[in-house]
Amino acid sequence: MDAPRLTVRQLGCERDHRMLFENLDFSARNGEIWQVTGANGAGKTTLLRILVGLHGFYQGRVEWSSPLPPSLLYLGHQPGVREELTARENLEYNRALSGQTGDPDAALAALDLYGFEDVPAGRLSAGQQRRIALARLWLDGKDVWILDEPFTAIDQQGVAALDQRLRQAAAQGVLVIYTSHHRVGDGVHRLHLGEDREVAR
Amino acid sequence: MSAPTLGAVWRASLRRELTLIWRSPADIVQPLFFFVVVVSLFPLALSPKPALLALVAPGAVWVAALLAVMLSLDGLFRRDQESGALDLLLTAPVVSVVPVAAKLLAHWLLTGLPLALIAPLLGYMLQLPVAVLDTLMVSVLLGTPTLTVVGAIGAALTVGLNRGGILLAVLVLPLYVPVLVFGAGVVRTALDGLPTGGLLAVLGAILALAVSLGPVAVALGLRISAGD
Repeated sequence: MDAPRLTVRQLGCERDHRMLFENLDFSARNGEIWQVTGANGAGKTTLLRILVGLHGFYQGRVEWSSPLPPSLLYLGHQPGVREELTARENLEYNRALSGQTGDPDAALAALDLYGFEDVPAGRLSAGQQRRIALARLWLDGKDVWILDEPFTAIDQQGVAALDQRLRQAAAQGVLVIYTSHHRVGDGVHRLHLGEDREVAR
Repeated sequence: MSAPTLGAVWRASLRRELTLIWRSPADIVQPLFFFVVVVSLFPLALSPKPALLALVAPGAVWVAALLAVMLSLDGLFRRDQESGALDLLLTAPVVSVVPVAAKLLAHWLLTGLPLALIAPLLGYMLQLPVAVLDTLMVSVLLGTPTLTVVGAIGAALTVGLNRGGILLAVLVLPLYVPVLVFGAGVVRTALDGLPTGGLLAVLGAILALAVSLGPVAVALGLRISAGD
């Protein structure tokens, strides 16, 4: 088996004098899907921020086999969509900033935003704004996807399409790590944070 | 995997920032309005005597410009932070100085530059001799970018705080003092009929320092703010 893309050793994080998690060990490879679960406040978002390098206060080690930023597609807790900009402007800026390739209009169409490309994001619903951010998953050029609650505010059809997209990407060698309260699908590695912590297949 | 070129990021960022400010006209009008109103209050509060007004004019225009720039900076990164766009900027595979510098340039073009353009008019209103007005404009033109960049360092460090406004002022105002001293000083020197080249050169030197090192400090400040 090939070397792990991500190796986490003895990871711990304290916040407001409370241990969010400690002694976290796991390693993830390209082509795998990891779902991080846990109660509210268990530290899911903090864990993802540590993995992408936004949160610097932790113990232990986080090692990527190659530099992360050129490969990283990160979607944070907030979608990163500015309300003043249209759907297309938001996506084109994020595409340029991250160096992704692909057709923004096709990506928006894949998320049922056809016809909304030139509408300011502020006039769209929360779910549609979320979809603008998610449209980056339909662009190319990234093989580590770290997604914080990607299913939030997305309707059932959207969830199905997103789930399918994640599996399709993993089959092409993308490492997907996401947080969600949704039920764990087949073949998804589960990382549970909290009292009853476990790392399971 | 794919990383963007610096040029592509610079162009995309500049276009985005200009569009963002252009779509919220209040951000452009507010500092300009503040500047005009504050300067207009001086003749009402002091006295309309031309000799007195000309004496206080350099200081009045400069203090008003300084505060107008500072007020415009409080929200510089806030909406990007609240929407999550800041996290995307910090995790992008490009040094964050580039998009940050584009943001500062766009902000100055639509808030600082209008102040410099209208400053001669306000100087004229305060009875400054016409011969001095070009010096006033050049001094504000050279000074406001420094104010924007230095203020942005404070804005970056306070972006995570709910009430960062007063902290921003405490952090930034001491750093504004040299710009204020030389900016208002150069206009007074011109008023006395003395050569202004040396003082303008000092303002230019401060500007060069701020523009070359400032964006790096702003990017680092944003990273610190995002860290917790």
